[in-house]
Amino acid sequence: MPTILTPPGIYQPRRPGRPGDLGEGDSGSGRRPPTDKRTGGNGDGDNWSDRPQGRRGPRERLSRARVGLFFALGGDLMFFIALVSVFFVAKTSSHFDAYSRLINDWLPTAIPSILWLNTAVLLVSSVCAEIARRSMFRETDLMDEWFGFGRPTSRRAAIWLSATLALGALFLAGQWVAWTQLAAQHVLFNSNASSHFFYLITVAHAAHLFLGIAALVTALTLLARSRQLATRQVAVDATVWYWHAMGLLWIFLFVLLEYGQ
Amino acid sequence: MPSTQAIPPALRFWHLPVDGSWHGHALDSHLLLNLWIALALFALSNLLLFVGVLSSRRAHRPIHKLTLEYLPLLAFAATFLLLGSRASSLWATQRYTGAAPDALQVEVTGLQFAWYFRYPGADATFGHTRNDLVSAAEGNPVGLDPADPHGADDIVRPQLVLPAGREVDLTLRAVDVIHGFAIPEMRLKQNAVPGQTQHIHFTPELPGDYAILCTQVCGLGHYRMQAVLRVLPAADFNKWLIEQERSKDAEALP
Amino acid sequence: MSAPSQRLRTSPARPHRIVRALTSTNHRNIGFGYLTISTIAVIFGTILSWLMRIHLSWPDWKLPLHGPILPEDYLALVTMHGTLMLFFVLTVAPQSGFGNLILPAQIGARRMAFPRLNALGMWTTAAGLIVLLCAFLVPGGSPIAGWTSYPPLSVTSLAGPGEGAGQDVWLTSIALFAIGGTISAVVMLTTIVKLRCAGMTWRRVPLTVWGWFTASLLVVPAFSVLLAAVLLLFCDRHLGSAFFIPHADVINSTLVSHHGTGSPLLWLHLFWFFGHPEVYIAILPGMGLTSMVIANFSRRRVFAYRLMIATTLAIGLLGLLVWGHHMFVAGLNPFAGTAFAAASLAIAVPATAKVLSWLATSWRARPWLSTPMLFALGFVSLFIAGGLSGIIVAQPILDEYLHNTFFIVGHFHLIMAMAGVFGLFCATYYWFPLLAHGRMLSERLGKWHFWLTLLFTYTTFLPMYFSGLGGEPRRYAQLTGLNAPAQALLAAHTVLQFHITGGAIALGLTQLLFLFNLVRSLRAPSIAPDNPWSATTMEWAPQGMLEPSPDLPSPAAYHRPCHYTDDGSSFTPQWESPQPSTVEQE
Repeated sequence: MPTILTPPGIYQPRRPGRPGDLGEGDSGSGRRPPTDKRTGGNGDGDNWSDRPQGRRGPRERLSRARVGLFFALGGDLMFFIALVSVFFVAKTSSHFDAYSRLINDWLPTAIPSILWLNTAVLLVSSVCAEIARRSMFRETDLMDEWFGFGRPTSRRAAIWLSATLALGALFLAGQWVAWTQLAAQHVLFNSNASSHFFYLITVAHAAHLFLGIAALVTALTLLARSRQLATRQVAVDATVWYWHAMGLLWIFLFVLLEYGQ
Repeated sequence: MPSTQAIPPALRFWHLPVDGSWHGHALDSHLLLNLWIALALFALSNLLLFVGVLSSRRAHRPIHKLTLEYLPLLAFAATFLLLGSRASSLWATQRYTGAAPDALQVEVTGLQFAWYFRYPGADATFGHTRNDLVSAAEGNPVGLDPADPHGADDIVRPQLVLPAGREVDLTLRAVDVIHGFAIPEMRLKQNAVPGQTQHIHFTPELPGDYAILCTQVCGLGHYRMQAVLRVLPAADFNKWLIEQERSKDAEALP
Repeated sequence: MSAPSQRLRTSPARPHRIVRALTSTNHRNIGFGYLTISTIAVIFGTILSWLMRIHLSWPDWKLPLHGPILPEDYLALVTMHGTLMLFFVLTVAPQSGFGNLILPAQIGARRMAFPRLNALGMWTTAAGLIVLLCAFLVPGGSPIAGWTSYPPLSVTSLAGPGEGAGQDVWLTSIALFAIGGTISAVVMLTTIVKLRCAGMTWRRVPLTVWGWFTASLLVVPAFSVLLAAVLLLFCDRHLGSAFFIPHADVINSTLVSHHGTGSPLLWLHLFWFFGHPEVYIAILPGMGLTSMVIANFSRRRVFAYRLMIATTLAIGLLGLLVWGHHMFVAGLNPFAGTAFAAASLAIAVPATAKVLSWLATSWRARPWLSTPMLFALGFVSLFIAGGLSGIIVAQPILDEYLHNTFFIVGHFHLIMAMAGVFGLFCATYYWFPLLAHGRMLSERLGKWHFWLTLLFTYTTFLPMYFSGLGGEPRRYAQLTGLNAPAQALLAAHTVLQFHITGGAIALGLTQLLFLFNLVRSLRAPSIAPDNPWSATTMEWAPQGMLEPSPDLPSPAAYHRPCHYTDDGSSFTPQWESPQPSTVEQE
């Protein structure tokens, strides 16, 4: 591609190095088309398949963010696995009472039915998020943007991400309703071993969703403000994968609470 | 009445105390085997390291991975397997099965910072206990439930007295926090965990007085949470037990 | 929109040097931040250990400004010493500290992935240390439950002094530490997976990087479980749950009535699921460094290089499966004891493979006995001294006698604490020219430092084996005033006690030599050549690999590390582009 086609709004001179942004001038925009796939095999004798990733191509930052997210979510999963294994231990543990009878004082917590609605809301929000994510990678839109015809990717993604944000907030509001409903029935954190877990699991998950909402807000801000396409792509992609992971996790936790008690 | 048994030189070399229990002989011989092997390997490897580093002539780069790495590794793996299987058979003998039915039953209760030992008395049955009744000040350190008639003849003592040569089944219980029940000279250790009962059985052989220690940190008095194990010849033990039952009756009469 | 005008608008006056250091996201500053955390922690931890030893040898000694050391003070010392040393020294310094300083350079990257996240990890860890040190100041003092904080002792303030605010402070600190450590590990894993330079294939990655990689892989699951455990313990303490409290537990004549039937053993499982990987996290980077340093000064390739990669990973994987060996006599099912014993003994096989490789690499190599090499060899010696006793305590029947005695204390101080510290010294002496802009630590002082440290390490910790075999339990506030049989049992080792105390004090004082060396070298001019140890790995490349600068060219790796000619006279560094005739066939 001759560089003369590169529109001035996209081309960015490398910023002066900030201490926190070492060597991160190469975002891909303005150099290669943003849909660039990895190339190689030019007969130069270099074994591309055995070469690890340098800073090559716009997908590099994206895949770095995904790898980081993958490891972080692995840790998160272990956190919840620990909680859930304690759940099963507590559910089956019992003690002898004063008359040598074996007592298991686990009383299942009645799950408020609004949780079904919340689950549906969260699923829909994940669908919206996925549409937003895919719209960041639509090749025709990307090429349009690269040629300088506006920012179709970001406009479209912003709409769908806002929908995700709204549905996510709705989910959290729904969880709040569920907690108040339980509190009205005097089912509080320390009512029973099962209610410990209900609150522990839902609150821990809600805290993760709060992080997700913060990430959505950040992604929306970047969609509006950032001129680097790669930055926007990374922000939306990482946020959405995180959102999906929290959605999947919720389904697992919800099934556990609904049927596992 | 300290034990007068002389400590064998191998035990003395490794600073091991006298062994007063039946299972301790096998444990000691396995421990000594391990220790000698460890000492030999420690000396050998440090010698090899030293000689290899200080050797004045440079040898060719070692290439015999099979003889230098894999064969020794195989030999070591076989050694570990041997030690491990010997240890696990000893462990299985001691732990996989409970005590014999005719074993002497004693219950051990640990609480901050004392041990109490309960003998079931004439009815050979322990009375029920409740943690909320535990009160050393009111003379009920293990929380005997007065509603249970089995408890009436239970004997509770701050000292563990056992007959030599008879298997003992200890029931470990803790009232408050985790305590570690250990008798080094009986080669015995098991934590007493609140909310659970643990069983451990052994046969004391050598009459004498031995230390019972707490080996799991349990609070500020951890270091002084001790009791005495007195192992008596069988006849003396029977005399002691009858004496205890009598004094128990004398307490109960008025 | 011209570039100069934009620069004028966007670059404000440079903030003060301290402000820049505090807000820096540069991995070099972050690495030094982690080392600062460890240095503060190690100074406190050492002083605490001296107080413990002095109290054990002279129970009537009064601490100035404090008075006699009471039993609860002693247990507070034990808890804080363990927590500071294991969490904030042995985990933070080798993994996060040197990991940040050296790891990017070794894989040819000029930065870590996610710099801002990385800085967040460091500051979270720093907050953890500050919170932990506050435990000395809160009412009731520091917690007394040990670094393992077994409930129900750690669940209620009824159980003893320090179990009120002190234990809460401890929990907060550990939660911060777990979060900070996980962040750092995620950054490190991403860096290793994604930021390797051109040519740095997995086969060409040095063993040090494999050590950091495996340790980070362990950090992610282990610290997450620790965080969950800490959260549950916090609920037990303040929200009335009973995950770890049994039914009708009576502590200090008060019924602890929480809902549910918990089990203290559950905490043991969760804690040791973290706790055992934790000790491998502390030692794996040191193992990798030892392999590389011994190879470098022996001018030979690491013997059985690929097996060493496999054993590093195997130790990490098995490390996740052996937590039960801390619980053989803690109420675990005896069958489970056998299973955990088998897994624990299985770890001895890859560990032995490593020792064999170290011995074979240095065997008759006429190595250059520089200070880093000496510390690496010392690491091997300590690793053997501590590892052999590990085989003994992995057998449940022997652990029944040795559990919670000084034998265990000797075991983990030799294999994890002192071997880990030797790894740190090795790293400091080896990488000092890179870290201090071309200055070298004095070799003469360094050798004195090594020999005295080795001598006093053995003086301090070998006698612990014997006093443990004699039956001395851990965490006893004093060895006097016991009942007659216990006194008779422990009296045999009074001499050993003085021996250990003397050794510990001398060991600590020897480190002043190191400090002196450090200060003196930092004031000396830079004289070191570019590659003073003739090393082959990327951090020594002449392009100034540790200097974060986007303008310098990205390097490329062309060889495996440890590429020396057979007589050891010349070597090919990883960054040297091959002549067409000598292209390495891999």
